[in-house]
Amino acid sequence: MSNLFVEDVSVGYSGSPIIEGLSVSVPDQKITTIIGPNGCGKSTLLKAIARILKTDKGAVFLDGKAIHQLSTKKIAKRMAILPQSSEVPSGLTIFELVSYGRFPHQGGFGGLNLEDLKQIDWAIQVTGLSEFKDRSVEALSGGQRQRVWIAMALAQDTDILILDEPTTYLDLAHQLDILLLLEKLNIEEKRTIIMVLHDLNHASRFSHNMIAMKGGEIIKEGSPSKVMTYSTIQTVFEIDVNLTTCPFSHNPIFHSYQLSRDTQQLFENANEG
Amino acid sequence: MAILKKYTQVDTEDVIYQSRPVIASIIIMGGLFGLIVSIGISVSFGAADIDMGTVWSSIVQYNDELTSHQIIQEIRLPRVLGAALVGACFAVSGSIMQGITRNPLADSGLLGLNAGAAFMLAISFAFFPGMPYMYIIFFSFAGAALGAGLVFGIGSMTRGGLKPVRLVLAGAAVSALLIALSEGIAIYYRISQDLAFWHAGGVSGTKWENLEMVAPLVIVAFLGAMSLSKSITIISLGEEIAIGLGQRTKKIKFFLAIIVLILAGIGVSIVGAVGFVGLIIPHITRFLVGHDYRWIIPCSAILGGLLVVLADFGARMINPPLETPIGALIALLGVPFFLYLARKGGEEI
Repeated sequence: MSNLFVEDVSVGYSGSPIIEGLSVSVPDQKITTIIGPNGCGKSTLLKAIARILKTDKGAVFLDGKAIHQLSTKKIAKRMAILPQSSEVPSGLTIFELVSYGRFPHQGGFGGLNLEDLKQIDWAIQVTGLSEFKDRSVEALSGGQRQRVWIAMALAQDTDILILDEPTTYLDLAHQLDILLLLEKLNIEEKRTIIMVLHDLNHASRFSHNMIAMKGGEIIKEGSPSKVMTYSTIQTVFEIDVNLTTCPFSHNPIFHSYQLSRDTQQLFENANEG
Repeated sequence: MAILKKYTQVDTEDVIYQSRPVIASIIIMGGLFGLIVSIGISVSFGAADIDMGTVWSSIVQYNDELTSHQIIQEIRLPRVLGAALVGACFAVSGSIMQGITRNPLADSGLLGLNAGAAFMLAISFAFFPGMPYMYIIFFSFAGAALGAGLVFGIGSMTRGGLKPVRLVLAGAAVSALLIALSEGIAIYYRISQDLAFWHAGGVSGTKWENLEMVAPLVIVAFLGAMSLSKSITIISLGEEIAIGLGQRTKKIKFFLAIIVLILAGIGVSIVGAVGFVGLIIPHITRFLVGHDYRWIIPCSAILGGLLVVLADFGARMINPPLETPIGALIALLGVPFFLYLARKGGEEI
């Protein structure tokens, strides 16, 4: 059994449920990616797992205990969360922002001890930010900022990392850069990673496990080769894809796609002609 | 030991980060010194000029047969200390509000707290004239809570929740309404003069017994703010980040809201609805000491106190023996500052 699983969870915003009676488990030490169209409930599921949203029914279990029964500080030592589009307060240096990742490990007034400093230093180093350490976060590019947030999550020293669209708003090289970093953390540090991605090819290339959602329900879950199929993607996204194999990961990817209804139109037109 | 050495040596690139506690300490020490000096100067000037030596002797060797000692002890000292206290209250409440709402325009004046407190003061003047000062303070808290409740209620009523700009707009609307109501009450019950004095803001009526009553509350509120200062820093990173870091955000925000109401309520009950202190001071403090609220809270308390003491001094000096409203003086600084922040986009905190 996995350390982290969701059982019969219903969750939504102010009374209207987005997800109802959903169960899923997140495999340990693997990269899991949730995919699905806008409004399918993938971020909602992620937020429920991260305890940002309270579940109306059911529970998220961590090490066999329901997370709403655990102290939030204890959970913060097990999982770190990177929300979507986090705005940086002005005037913070990278070191300062990353140091807040140590909050769950500190006492009330919170000075940094040697262990904290070591962890912060390591997090800054592994994300390749050492040379910027004392710069203001505002002065960084989007890709670097995302790295700072990841560094903060790493300073938290948790075995589970939860990321909501970590590559959104980044250019192609920086998207890859972030995903390679996460892959490295998974391989070298055995961290369990669960995230939402919009780019299906990235999801397939970097995940061990994929969860495809639509309308608040899980349509398919499993390895990329199981989820990245013509029919699943058609059901979930209403697009028709031309599948091929990724030369790097050997998982399925697609090189182009068409809206399903347009494809139908195309055939109809051809028949008429 | 090697690790220890690594972290104790000062790299040049560490200077910005490491210098902040130094700057903050300088502000606390220098600010306190400045505060004491300006209190001394402010106390010695007035309708009757009294030299510093007499000021000092009136404090250490009070002689109630000397008029100059009486003026200082009974009129000027409570007034100036009141000014310092009020400045600290507004500045700290502004700092906390800007931190937890992540709204650079948050200020007890802009978010309806001051207008609410002033409204309840009008009610208390109209319906319960001659009420003891302690009750006036509680009316003031209730009013600050009312103003804040209305602003946050209206701000969160629409879809999309509490956006900074929406909050300020709701604050402006609620303040306008509450001020209009206060004025209506004032005219109808013929208490305009009492209230006009209060609204314009003035510390001249502050008495020892008022200070004695509010001082313990202010001290408790400050200690509370200090003990939660690390949490304010974490909340200022954003609600979801704070939850992720294991912060009990709802509980912390609740306590901080109470502290803000106490501080703003006390500020208004002493000096009236003086705005902008809570807007200007936190920004200046953050600019100087960075983003750590363990430093922002004490530094803004001192700088806020200094600003209002100087404003009060200025208010008496500009056109003696008449007093310029202290609120008007601070607004002279505050309005351009507000426009500057609004022009900057008000996006960051």
